[in-house]
Amino acid sequence: MNDSVQATAPFIEIDAELCKGCKLCIGVCPKGVIDISEKLNGSSYHPAYYLGRDCTGCALCFYACPEPAAIKVVKP
Amino acid sequence: MKITEKPVAFYPEFVRKSGPHKETTHYCPGCGHGNIHKMIAEAMVDLGINERTVFISPVGCSVFGYYYFDCGHMQAAHGRAPAVATGIKRANPEAIVISYQGDGDLAAIGTAETLHAANRGENITVFFVNNAIYGMTGGQMAPTTMIGQKTATTPRGRIESVHGNPIRVAEIIATLPAATYVERVAIGDSKHIMKARKAIRKALTNQVENRGYSFVEILSTCPTGWKMDGPDARDWLVEEMTKVFPLGVFKDESDHREGAWHRQVEPFDPAKRDAYLGAGEAEAKAEKLPLPAELHCKFAGFGGQGILTLGLFLAQVGMRAGLHASWIPSYGPEMRGGTANCSVNLSERRIGSPLVDKPNLLVVMNQPSLEAFAGDVVQGGTIIVDTSIVEKCPEYPGRRVVRIPATGIADEVGTPKVANVVLLGAICAATGAFPQAFVEQSLRETVKKKDLVDLNLAALRRGYEHVGDAG
Amino acid sequence: MSRKFMKGNDAIVVGALQAGCRAYYGYPITPASEIAHAASLHFPALGGTFIQAESEVAAINMVYGTAGMGIRTMTASSSPGFSLKQEGLSYIAGAELPCVVVNVSRGGPGLGNIAPEQADYFQVTKGGGHGNYRLIALAPNCAQEMCDLTVLAFDLADTYRNPVCILADGFTGQMMEPVTVPVARPVPFDHTSWCVRGDAATHRNLISSIYLESEDLERHNLKLDEKYRRIARDEVRFEEYQVEDADLIVVAFGIVSRIVYSTVDQARAQGLKVGLLRPITLWPFPSARLAELAARDVRFLSAELSTGQMVEDVRLAVEGRAPVHFYGRCGGMVPGSEELLAEYGKILEGGRS
Repeated sequence: MNDSVQATAPFIEIDAELCKGCKLCIGVCPKGVIDISEKLNGSSYHPAYYLGRDCTGCALCFYACPEPAAIKVVKP
Repeated sequence: MKITEKPVAFYPEFVRKSGPHKETTHYCPGCGHGNIHKMIAEAMVDLGINERTVFISPVGCSVFGYYYFDCGHMQAAHGRAPAVATGIKRANPEAIVISYQGDGDLAAIGTAETLHAANRGENITVFFVNNAIYGMTGGQMAPTTMIGQKTATTPRGRIESVHGNPIRVAEIIATLPAATYVERVAIGDSKHIMKARKAIRKALTNQVENRGYSFVEILSTCPTGWKMDGPDARDWLVEEMTKVFPLGVFKDESDHREGAWHRQVEPFDPAKRDAYLGAGEAEAKAEKLPLPAELHCKFAGFGGQGILTLGLFLAQVGMRAGLHASWIPSYGPEMRGGTANCSVNLSERRIGSPLVDKPNLLVVMNQPSLEAFAGDVVQGGTIIVDTSIVEKCPEYPGRRVVRIPATGIADEVGTPKVANVVLLGAICAATGAFPQAFVEQSLRETVKKKDLVDLNLAALRRGYEHVGDAG
Repeated sequence: MSRKFMKGNDAIVVGALQAGCRAYYGYPITPASEIAHAASLHFPALGGTFIQAESEVAAINMVYGTAGMGIRTMTASSSPGFSLKQEGLSYIAGAELPCVVVNVSRGGPGLGNIAPEQADYFQVTKGGGHGNYRLIALAPNCAQEMCDLTVLAFDLADTYRNPVCILADGFTGQMMEPVTVPVARPVPFDHTSWCVRGDAATHRNLISSIYLESEDLERHNLKLDEKYRRIARDEVRFEEYQVEDADLIVVAFGIVSRIVYSTVDQARAQGLKVGLLRPITLWPFPSARLAELAARDVRFLSAELSTGQMVEDVRLAVEGRAPVHFYGRCGGMVPGSEELLAEYGKILEGGRS
């Protein structure tokens, strides 16, 4: 999924189908690297997505996200 | 490498959840419950407790807590979770018990259960999710709704003079000595959330280490009920709610209480109970003593004369003699004229009514009792009167009247307190119910203070003698 | 010595202890308080739990928690307190938890008085709280039965995963009689498949009475109904005295059955052929036996400490095949033998005319 990201850099994965588009992750991200998609997911939400760069792996988005499995944070 | 993801204390799939989406929660977008669930699940994993945890789902949006956590679940009635938690923790102190409650559940309908579980210092963890509104039922006022806040039942906003004020539960709980740890946190900005995470972990750690009752109030959001989107709701929480509900630790005795609140229970041990209650012990081989006639007795006097105990004595003597026996005190409207009275039946047959309305033996220790009950005595019955107390004792045609100055005799023997034992002797002599030696033996076994046995035996003998002499 | 002279209320605690009850939760109320007194003394002495709860509501929910762990537990109260327990009982029945609840009933409605009544019959036998459920209801009439039926109550509760109620009255609670203490036996039930103990073996279990989907809740109700039918078929208990040739069968339970028992021989001495049928289970009610007896030329009299509650079940059982009369006292008034004999005479005389 994140082919462009080097394995040495932290990144997040957002499961678009599990996201309810509440935007809380966007507000807490210190780097501003999450945005809302124009597209709708299967539950008719505009899901958040990772811009694909500059994630520090701080995991604040994970704790701000109310969904158990929508966000995964990887910090190599 | 560090991966932060869905904690394994959540089920892989939420199979108990209805509908097609088995990986998302049932909560609305932006709802705070999901955050709190996540932090609880994470702490359960880190503490290694999910298999021994019992999670109590309340009534409210989190009623479906059992969809999510891979632990034992009990769903409780509205507001009753702390009582249910008590029933779990007291029966198995090794269980980790989480009472997860909303503001209506905890601070309105369940206020009593909340306060008293805290006041008993139950070794449980209470997570109080305060979002200032009733979410599940459709956005009505909560006990924590803010002044001016519009809800489905405060369409003009909450007004102090009409609805009272938002209630600060953490502050109230903190006044209770038995509570160990009380903190209010919020899931507003990231700093708040990380503090909340720490508090949740601490509250569970306290229980694992048997440090007692921990209460974490978590200010949370209800974007749907508040009619806001997720970020606006978080902002409102931070800007408005924290003014009324200040964040912070209100009490923390955790450091002093390790292990202090572990309440040991034992499994059921039948042999121990048999020994304790004397079950299965052989009966003393008392021969069944014949009773000349069934006795249906009324005992009456002032309270404190030992009249009820006299009835009890006689019934117990009867039981020792292998008879059917019953004793019942005056009760309800049966009480007459300010007297204490009881009914005793002794029979070789099964006893029907334990109530005696037509006695064949009446024993009275005061004037009102004689007047109240003498007329009920059947023809051929016996009336025994303590003439030390009863001044006027007429004849009752067809009944035998035995007059004995029982209290006076008792006083001569040593104390008026054994007047009832004098009367016991008189009863046995007058009715021929039991051999004197048998009654004496029963008395020896019944009187608990051994230095009083001789006094009682002397009183009994004087009762026997008096009737024997008279009769 | 295993035979002891004790109050009915104390005998309940003895029965509970010997049945393996490990936790008692209650709130004081006359005339049931002796049960809490005895429990507070004995349960902790045997490594069990006693809590004086903040309310009847809390007490029954503590029972819910312990019962959900598959551990024998109980509460006891009297009428006004028993009303407060109805919410919890509905949840307990809905979640199919075994427990024992005692109602040493008193006079009502409202605060009423502390004297005995049997006016909680409807509440106990017809459900009491919301929803389709039943309590198994046992009615002891002597101290020995207060003990023995409590043991039976725990067994029935575990067998059917259902709350069982002991419906006593102030008299049977306060009366003292000889009681032979039963020998304690290990509890022969393993609830691992459904209970939640806070351990690995049960951590996937769920105790709940919520069924969000209509189809699921209907299925749950039908399953409960099937259970109640089994109970109604298999667990009816009653006692008879001189019914075989009786022209008048008096139906009475609890203290009233004791009084009626005394009057049967007296009535027969006067030439009135009277018999007694005493339901020991109030629910399930001995309807089939009553129907059988109603097939011959006989009259029934329901004698109660109420203005007429059990009489409705007698009528339902008899289905119009025999006349059903009612005699009741209430407020703590208890029928004497003479007034009952007079009533029998009136009914049987009326029958002849």
